[in-house]
Amino acid sequence: MATSVVDDHDSGALGLPHPVQPPRRRPRASLKLRNALVGWTFVLPNFAGFAVLTLIPVFLLFYYSMTSWNIFGNADWVGLENYSRLIGDKSFHVALGNTFYYAAFHIPLTIAASLGLALLLNQKLRGAAFFRTVAFFPYITSIVAIAVVWNMLFSPEYGPINQFIGTFVGGELPGWTVSKDWAMPAVIIVGTWRYMGYYMLLFLAGLQTVPAELHEAARIDGAGVWQRFWNVTLPCLRPTMFFVTVMVTIESFKVFDLILVMTEGGPGQSTLVLSQYIWQKGFEQFELGYASSVAVVLFLICIAVTVVQFLYNKRRDA
Amino acid sequence: MTTRPTALRNTGRILLYVAMTAAAAGILLPFAWMVISSLKTNNQVFTAPIEWIPDPFRWRNYLDIWIKGDMFTWLRNTMTVSVAVTFLQVTTGSFAAYGFAKTRFPGRDALFLLYIGTIAVPWASYMIPQFQMISSWGLANTLYSIMLLQAFGAFGVFLMKQYYESIPDSLCEAARIDGLSEYGIWWRIMLPLSVPALTSLTIITFVTTWNDYLGPLIYLRDRELWTIQLGLQRFVGDYNAEHALIMAGSVLSVLPIALVFLLGQRYFVQGIATTGVKG
Repeated sequence: MATSVVDDHDSGALGLPHPVQPPRRRPRASLKLRNALVGWTFVLPNFAGFAVLTLIPVFLLFYYSMTSWNIFGNADWVGLENYSRLIGDKSFHVALGNTFYYAAFHIPLTIAASLGLALLLNQKLRGAAFFRTVAFFPYITSIVAIAVVWNMLFSPEYGPINQFIGTFVGGELPGWTVSKDWAMPAVIIVGTWRYMGYYMLLFLAGLQTVPAELHEAARIDGAGVWQRFWNVTLPCLRPTMFFVTVMVTIESFKVFDLILVMTEGGPGQSTLVLSQYIWQKGFEQFELGYASSVAVVLFLICIAVTVVQFLYNKRRDA
Repeated sequence: MTTRPTALRNTGRILLYVAMTAAAAGILLPFAWMVISSLKTNNQVFTAPIEWIPDPFRWRNYLDIWIKGDMFTWLRNTMTVSVAVTFLQVTTGSFAAYGFAKTRFPGRDALFLLYIGTIAVPWASYMIPQFQMISSWGLANTLYSIMLLQAFGAFGVFLMKQYYESIPDSLCEAARIDGLSEYGIWWRIMLPLSVPALTSLTIITFVTTWNDYLGPLIYLRDRELWTIQLGLQRFVGDYNAEHALIMAGSVLSVLPIALVFLLGQRYFVQGIATTGVKG
């Protein structure tokens, strides 16, 4: 019975004309159906969960964003009213601005730091394996523990960081998480510290694909370290660089738990980001319809940024 | 001409080592500070200058945290959820990955693209409809909600598919001729061959679920359902002046993951690298 499930995907490859087939029954069609069914049974257990818990909510989101759904539970259709409210919502503007602020610094910093670490590790130094473990450790540490420790490290008066800075510079030291101007830099530092080990691994994998002969040839031609990096390593790393950039960008725009446990968006609204604003509106003030419209904006930003990067990458490939 | 480049190269190497050591120290500092502070009394945590060696070592913090916090419940809940999620993710993920990698059906590639596409979608954007749905099933404020949330991610399917594609089709072909059904091929050939990828997926899923904070924050209200992350965060809120105790709790929450990571590090790294290289 099991033998009948034969993969016939290249049955047409021989170029046999159809009429040649014996007319008594049509095994091709039933086989195809069978194979399709078998394929589906493999995918289905996971896909069912995925569809119900991810796809359907994403579609529902767009509907909810056009309703006045609130704590009383009645979701009346209001069309684009929520969206026009967004235009005048100061807090939303702040959250949007802060999200871009975080992304604008987190993306280049993380890429530079992780690429730097990867290049360092690629030098075949002793202890590189140990260092790789170390660099990756922040990524697997829970966000709560990270936030608690860093908040103490950033403590303005007696925190180790300000004590360290204080030995070099006099005058007023940054207030970090309790200061409006310094809270975001503090969050960006922690975000970069946390994720650079992860992207370092991706860059390391990419660096393995850079041919050593190219480096050798460039060296013989008299290219310096910098020139070799710029003209050999970076071009060979393009696919990895693209993938990393896309991932870091998405990760920056969806920053959420880090902010929530480190600063709760404060002081004031100085670190309020979009994800957290959705959470505030939805789960603290129960304006679920309005929160959904903010969520649509976040969704569209992430999709748009990803699509733009793909298109840009394609154009450069061409 | 021959001596100078070697001298140069040596200084270069020394500089590289210095850079590596400095970077390692910078990355590890918060962890060192966490462990050191967890062994101090409260008043010793913030001092100027910093005391790098606690005097005396105060191991009692590690006892007190079990009494003041509900550590045991938190750990049990986290363990339950993490094991269940990991089991579901690994079984359904590898099963689906076989469907995507080794069988053919109309719409297969489009469906896979849909999976990959959701990697770009932040959870925050659809958490509200999702919460509404899970609540309507009466599962909010139960551990099942967290299991559902984490178990069917795209990551597992993606990782396993990448690995299955590196296993030659001829192997499946031979098994088919020998009379194995597709399910038999998955169970007897693919699973045993993909142990490294399965290990990667197991470790990564376990760690992610263990560390999840947002899911429990939104879904779990009752104290007896809290996971370690939620419990620790609430503990920080309740006892925000107990710095040393908080640090002890943090160390305890990180320790199991550190062990899992150190033991299975190779698989962890491989898993990350496979999902990255072909992107």
